[in-house]
Amino acid sequence: MQSVLSIEGLVKTFGAHRAVDGVGFSVAPGTCFGLLGPNGAGKSTTLKLALGLMEPDAGRIELLGEPIPARAREARARVGVVPQNDPLDPDFTVAENLLVFGRYFGQSDAVTRSRIDALLDFAQLGNKRNARIQTLSGGMKRRLTMARALINDPQVLFLDEPTTGLDPQARHLIWERLKRLLAQGKTIVLTTHFMDEAERLCDRLAIVDNGRPIAEAAPAQLIATEIEPHVIEVHGRGRADWAREAPGLGCDRIETVGETTFAYCRDAGPALASLQQHTDLRTLHRPANLEDVFLKLTGRDLRD
Amino acid sequence: MMQTQAQSQTAIDRSAAARRFALPALSRRLIPVLRRHAMVWRKLAVPSLLANVADPLITLVAFGYGLGALLSEVQGVPYIVFLAGGSVCMSTMMAASFESLYSAFSRMHVQRTWESLLNAPLLLDDVLAAEWIWAALKGCLSGIAIIAVAMALGISRSPTLIAVLPVILLTGLAFAAIGLCVNALAQGYDFFSYYFTLVLTPMSFLSGVYFPLSQLPAWLQPVCELLPLTAAVQLARPLFLGQWPDQVLWPVAVLLAYALGGFYIAAVLTRRRFAV
Repeated sequence: MQSVLSIEGLVKTFGAHRAVDGVGFSVAPGTCFGLLGPNGAGKSTTLKLALGLMEPDAGRIELLGEPIPARAREARARVGVVPQNDPLDPDFTVAENLLVFGRYFGQSDAVTRSRIDALLDFAQLGNKRNARIQTLSGGMKRRLTMARALINDPQVLFLDEPTTGLDPQARHLIWERLKRLLAQGKTIVLTTHFMDEAERLCDRLAIVDNGRPIAEAAPAQLIATEIEPHVIEVHGRGRADWAREAPGLGCDRIETVGETTFAYCRDAGPALASLQQHTDLRTLHRPANLEDVFLKLTGRDLRD
Repeated sequence: MMQTQAQSQTAIDRSAAARRFALPALSRRLIPVLRRHAMVWRKLAVPSLLANVADPLITLVAFGYGLGALLSEVQGVPYIVFLAGGSVCMSTMMAASFESLYSAFSRMHVQRTWESLLNAPLLLDDVLAAEWIWAALKGCLSGIAIIAVAMALGISRSPTLIAVLPVILLTGLAFAAIGLCVNALAQGYDFFSYYFTLVLTPMSFLSGVYFPLSQLPAWLQPVCELLPLTAAVQLARPLFLGQWPDQVLWPVAVLLAYALGGFYIAAVLTRRRFAV
């Protein structure tokens, strides 16, 4: 089946800074694709380029069969976008925001009005129809931005960090709604730096860092191929001594961050047995997760 | 392989440059954007109109009657009648400039309305053209308010006043276009106060709003002839006196040049700002 979005060799520079440097991936219809990376990795720029909002310096982009940016207008007519920070119209009510946005798609007010009730229900904003934007909570604003992005019944939904800044209840609601959209057959492309979000929602992930793609696969596949299956976190005074023995116990990679030593192991058995002898150490044994892959591939340095 | 890659790279660079410098195309898609601006304006119409009109109105009344009492006639008419034609243009200029600077910047940068618009099937050119036309219409509205006051106070009730409408529309388009150029370069609101105090205020003294251009030194007059506000006043003032302007082609050409040339430059600068 033809892909909804395909990108090859994408490059975008701002002066001397290569914000996007050789990114390429393709998104199959009806799937959720995640663009994962630390702050400043080039995720949002990649999304903007894919939507034709910026001119690439090199590369090829096709969105819903349309070449981008040449026919971005035609492509965007069938796309919904949830940008960061919810740029809603503060002078309009909730329902007015939806009505006015529908007009930008050349959609008649009758068609838009017929969709507003269902969209407000979907966003759990049924009782906020005439509320002012300033009175909405962060989660409500995000849900309204999502409803607004669906006003043209798009085939693809782009979301730039959909749950950043939301509390756990609000995040779970967004996730549940996105799953519902996937079940309806819509395609989703999102950026995130939350591993649980990526693992929960995405069928396929690309990890980008400093504008460069460093891995692309299904979340489970990334965990299976990119990292040792077991992680043992060791706390306590004697951790440095134990760390010296660990490589002989099937734990090839040891990282010490602050007061914690992380041992990444092919087999946890020997290491756990040895740790039983060290009564001064507290240990936590867990399967490797996407966050471990992410930290391994992008490093532990702060990016702010 | 290398050859084709280099060729396709050249093609990309060329099409990017072509898009950056292309003439802006006006699309009907901008109509919903104008409707949006109008819908917001309707909610805030009274304070917004008051703010636009108060300043030139105070100038007209204070100078017109205050200073007018001290003066004998200017160019054969009472000073307030002389001033009215200039005030209409000033009012239009100020409102169109304010809208294309402060308001457009809020929508572009602060409130990020443009971002929402651009995520819909609208192009930067559509968004910018809507700002241009909207700012010109706001300018017209302020101009019309001054005409209404002039008629109410009996300063002028000449039928030729109807011809002031196309003049202020053109004036609005000219100042909105220049304003959008400044907007495309602005990093914050502070930048705009320079434009108002260093460009617009001096221009109002060099354009024959308050006194005839003939009062200025001879060497300065050719420069003044190139200013958009001069052109606007040259067209509007005779219409307040019940006459047709003796010179139409030159001032119309000046206003058109600022409007169309200014909008083209604004489009190129704005595309650069958005890295389109």
